[in-house]
Amino acid sequence: MTDISDIAPMSTPVPARGTRRLRLSGAGRIGVGIVLFWAAAALLAPILPLPAPNASDLLALADPRPSMAHWLGVDLSGRDILSRIIWGARTVLTVAPIAVAGATVVGALLGLLAGYRGGLLDTVLSRTSDVILSFPVIILYMIILTRFGASALNIVLVITVTKAPIIYRLVRATTLELSQREYVAAAQMRGESSLYIMLVEILPNARGPVVVDVCLRLGYTTIAIGVLGFLGIGLPPPTPDWGGMVRETYGMISLYPHMAIFPCVAISTLVIGFNLLAVGLRRRARA
Amino acid sequence: MLRYTARQLAYMALTLIGVSFAVFVLNEYAPGDVARKLLGAYATQEQVEHLTRELGLDRPVLVRYLEYAGRLLSGDLGQSLTFKVPVAEILWDRLSNTFLLAAVAFAVIVPVAILFGVLAGVREGSLGDHLILIGANFISSLPEFATGVFLASIFAVWLGWLPGTSPMTTGGGWSVAAQLVLPVLVIALYDVGYLIAMVRVSMASVMRQPFVRTAVLKGMSRPKVILRHALRNALIAPFTAILLQVNYLVAGVVVVETVFAYPGFGRMMLQAAMAKDIAVVEAGTLVAVLIAMTTQLLGDLAYRLLDPRIRLGR
Amino acid sequence: MSGALLSCAGLTVDYALETAGLESMGQRAVDDLSFDIAPGEALGLVGESGCGKTTVALAIMRYLGRNGRISAGTISFEGRDLGQLAPRELRQLRGGRIAMVYQDPHSSLNPVMTIGQQLMEVPLLHRTRRRAAARELAVRALSEVELPDPEGMMARYPHQLSGGQQQRAVIAMALIAEPALLIMDEPTTGLDVTVEASVLALVDRLRRRHGTSVLFISHNLGAVGRLCDRVGVLYAGRLVELGPLSQVFANPRHPYTRGLLACVPSLADERRGRLLTPIAGTLTERARQAIGCAFADRCAHAVEGLCTSQPIALEAIEGEPEHVTRCVLAERLPAFAVEGEKGPASEARPAAEPVTEPLLAARGLGKRYALGGGRGALEALRGIDLDLERGGTLAIVGESGSGKSTFARIVIGLTEASEGELSFKGKDIAHLAIGRRRRDLRQRLQMIFQNPDSTLNPSHSVGYALERTIGRLHGIGRTQSRADARRLLQLVQLPADYAERLPEELSGGQRQRVAIARALAAAPDIVVADEPVSALDVSVHAAIANLLKELQARHALSLVFISHDIALVRYMADHVALFYRGRLVEFGPAEAVFAPPYHPYTQMLLASVPDPSTPGQRAAVREAGTAVSQEIGRGCPFAARCPWRIDRLCDRVDPPVLEPSDSHRIACHLDLIDLPRTIERTA
Ligand code: SF4
Ligand code: SF4
Repeated sequence: MTDISDIAPMSTPVPARGTRRLRLSGAGRIGVGIVLFWAAAALLAPILPLPAPNASDLLALADPRPSMAHWLGVDLSGRDILSRIIWGARTVLTVAPIAVAGATVVGALLGLLAGYRGGLLDTVLSRTSDVILSFPVIILYMIILTRFGASALNIVLVITVTKAPIIYRLVRATTLELSQREYVAAAQMRGESSLYIMLVEILPNARGPVVVDVCLRLGYTTIAIGVLGFLGIGLPPPTPDWGGMVRETYGMISLYPHMAIFPCVAISTLVIGFNLLAVGLRRRARA
Repeated sequence: MLRYTARQLAYMALTLIGVSFAVFVLNEYAPGDVARKLLGAYATQEQVEHLTRELGLDRPVLVRYLEYAGRLLSGDLGQSLTFKVPVAEILWDRLSNTFLLAAVAFAVIVPVAILFGVLAGVREGSLGDHLILIGANFISSLPEFATGVFLASIFAVWLGWLPGTSPMTTGGGWSVAAQLVLPVLVIALYDVGYLIAMVRVSMASVMRQPFVRTAVLKGMSRPKVILRHALRNALIAPFTAILLQVNYLVAGVVVVETVFAYPGFGRMMLQAAMAKDIAVVEAGTLVAVLIAMTTQLLGDLAYRLLDPRIRLGR
Repeated sequence: MSGALLSCAGLTVDYALETAGLESMGQRAVDDLSFDIAPGEALGLVGESGCGKTTVALAIMRYLGRNGRISAGTISFEGRDLGQLAPRELRQLRGGRIAMVYQDPHSSLNPVMTIGQQLMEVPLLHRTRRRAAARELAVRALSEVELPDPEGMMARYPHQLSGGQQQRAVIAMALIAEPALLIMDEPTTGLDVTVEASVLALVDRLRRRHGTSVLFISHNLGAVGRLCDRVGVLYAGRLVELGPLSQVFANPRHPYTRGLLACVPSLADERRGRLLTPIAGTLTERARQAIGCAFADRCAHAVEGLCTSQPIALEAIEGEPEHVTRCVLAERLPAFAVEGEKGPASEARPAAEPVTEPLLAARGLGKRYALGGGRGALEALRGIDLDLERGGTLAIVGESGSGKSTFARIVIGLTEASEGELSFKGKDIAHLAIGRRRRDLRQRLQMIFQNPDSTLNPSHSVGYALERTIGRLHGIGRTQSRADARRLLQLVQLPADYAERLPEELSGGQRQRVAIARALAAAPDIVVADEPVSALDVSVHAAIANLLKELQARHALSLVFISHDIALVRYMADHVALFYRGRLVEFGPAEAVFAPPYHPYTQMLLASVPDPSTPGQRAAVREAGTAVSQEIGRGCPFAARCPWRIDRLCDRVDPPVLEPSDSHRIACHLDLIDLPRTIERTA
């Protein structure tokens, strides 16, 4: 609503080099904190003084609720919930980043190509991504994972295939716009190759929105992995997996709600962390 | 406009053919598999091969696909192995359950999303905006099964106000309406955050447009400016997104249906997929894709109708 | 002055700026500003971007947004203090007694409502409750702003109107409630020159007819001269000079006002062939906070201490009691004359240059774009014949959509021509896209782009852009190209260490200098400059234009200078080509083009140029019909607007080419003798 266009040129004093980097708003900082917490938990899982995630303490089954021995209690097989949650972080924080990285690389490269080259390639790629995007993702997961088995590799692959079109669209649109910029014409005038123009002239300027989107995708992918586990088509047991933990204990919710609640809290906080990070990054990109 | 619709319809038909072929191939390509599935693990290799021939499964994929497509077109969706009934029967039964859930959820989500999105976007950067934005972000960060667990723990286990499962039969002593409350709530919470953010962004960008200033400086009061000038513009962009939620509400609510043991379309698909009930999976997939593409098309058309810049051309 | 309609006294406006960090800082946008507007009077406020002129308008409207604040001073209108009004009274005032016209008509209109709906809102808010009456008023207003078919206009959406028509609709909307004061904020910026002239003429007629007062805000002194009775000059939020138009223009007493007047090229004869005088430096944040004169760090007359130590008051000029200025040396400055050194162009060119083959020659050049969905083709350019001599400057003049940029892109190879030929040193390059051009050809043809924001890649340093160009086009190693890059920066008068900087750390003018350096890095024969200054502030125009002129003389460059600004073209060019809707209507040596006989379009263009050195002139200009980018049919492209049109001939048959003198060509059906010979202006 404010119109300060009149003074806008003045309001952007020349920024000192380097000070703009790594400055996040409050929300962004909280996001970083949460994500770092889980990353540390995942990294340190082997050296923390915890029972093994798959070891059953049958004695604790008498009263599986939180106690001094098992801070968050044990599950129906007597396994320590805290340990399984921390080891579960390891699972999510390996699968999700790999899957998102795959989707980003594939989506960004194809998006650059389609946006810069246009033509038939663009038509084919865009139509394909439209189809994948309109396909109910969860049904796709169900078909593929029940058909080929729910290995970590397959989970990474399906997530890559379903998330890449989103990044593709974003990068393609940005590339379309950026390739009209005059500096791209200037690069053509000095005889740069298409590859150089895409990677050196365009890609660095498309970085901002992509980074924000990667954070959002990490959040959604964490949810997706949880959902797969919950539906029973995620990583095969006894891998410690937050979604799977909820699945196994959900039936007992009226007796021992803690068994399902703690893994739910874990996954929710991690997703919130990623989303806050995205909010912070987006604000910075706008500022 | 007509031309556009015709093109999109043709494109839709093409996609349906492609998808049905892909699903068919995915599920039935390896000929031995089907017979093995039917006969079980203890059948001999010979028996498997015999059945394969008998069923005509050794013929080329394309031929079998055409046969299959022919059957589909004549309305025969096949027989379900897990549910022991014709596919069509179980499909419509479960779909109608899901439609009920989707309709109620949609009726809750849309007004809430528009209300909060507009409230936040009208005063971008204000305290109210920050609170709504953070709240929207927070709820859309919670996976449906987590919200399901939290809400069921509170309302079903702790307070005992609502049923923890929704089998849609009145045997458990709970009315159908009561059984719908928690599933709808979980779906709405998960979905509404995204839509609020969407409406908010659009509203905020419209409020920054010079024509809003023009309206204010005409001497119009603020509420009137928002209702007459800003709202219509602000709802054009999110409209498509809102319509696309139908897609999610029908095909994407597997989790909620599983949490509350709701006999819906998604859970049917999950059971069928796990049991390798191919006929159900294939038919269900096609229905889901059909719904997805129809909403997409409707969204596109509505968008074109709402915006005179597109409707009337340059 | 007690009879003032609007009176600003000591108006001071601050903005709270939220910066990327958490701390917020305030910025003074308007500082102790006082002025009055009498009933029926038109006051102009002039200044460059950042001077606070839009803020003044919004402060009067009480619409400063959440972070703007009137920290001191009062604004009173019809005797009432606007700061004391209740919200209801304020609403009655807005749109009722004070109306506003905005910079960008396109975005000022609601895209999803018809013109009629938007117009009728005003009378329904202020004058009547009856829709039929409101409708009647709206139609009347539309016909008053001379829009064709007012009834039909009511049902149209904004995007169906051309830019000039949109602005007329906004003006109709503003005048419909018969306000006492009309505030216009850069109402013609972004419109084509001839459209600008006709809109200004319209406003002038209407304000006289209705006795409306006008506050006209602009960066364009010429436009202000067209409309206003008095003019105020703002610098860094402070009023530096205010007085009757003729006195301020003829006898400017503040160095900044003088700078503004001297830095724009003029069509007037006595100034030709002289370098423009740019205003040194830029407006800085420090200047805003200065205790003394805000202009001191850019002023050639500044006296340390005297100018900087104490606040300087607005004082009347001796002998001109209504003319005030804020300069300690006001009375001691010499009489104003636009001086300027003699430019290199006028001396460097020997009269009898041996006639050589042109360096670049277009013959029948044309470009068609296929429209999607089998809807035929859009002809962007047709039948262009022109030549560029070695070392010469060819200016291409035209409005938006005239095809001038398409021509530039064909020369550089960013677009391929669809017909005709373009020979460079005897070789046809019209159909040679950039990817197929050999290195030495690319190196010989370079381009300077219009938009300083996108001409440089924000991710790469200035040095990288230059070195990469040198390296790619001359195959030179890194160390050598580093040294060359620094030398080039000095050539365009930038410090060599700017090589380390990123584009965001440079001002628009500095970026444009880097773009010039990048073009020079190739050591080209021809540089195509596509509107190189139009996105920059007026005071920077002169510096860039001078730089181009100087470099051209020094390096024997040939320049293709594309512009819509005919005064600037007059300053730069020795040959001029006028494009109108994709066709060449006149081509020849500048002296011939700018002297009679004129092509009817040239005449209209010249008549539209607002010239601060001859204030008070009103142009008689017609505006084009609806279409912005229709297909170019047969016949004269200018037929729709030409006052001399011969019916059933001009609009059907392509005009023949007349040659009033050697190498001067005019495409028109009129006989040579009937071509317009004066620049008709109505006083
Ligand atoms: S007061 Fe001094 S510095 Fe300011 S304009 Fe006058 S002469 Fe220049
Ligand atoms: S040809 Fe006709 S319409 Fe064109 S400029 Fe000449 S007189 Fe005017």
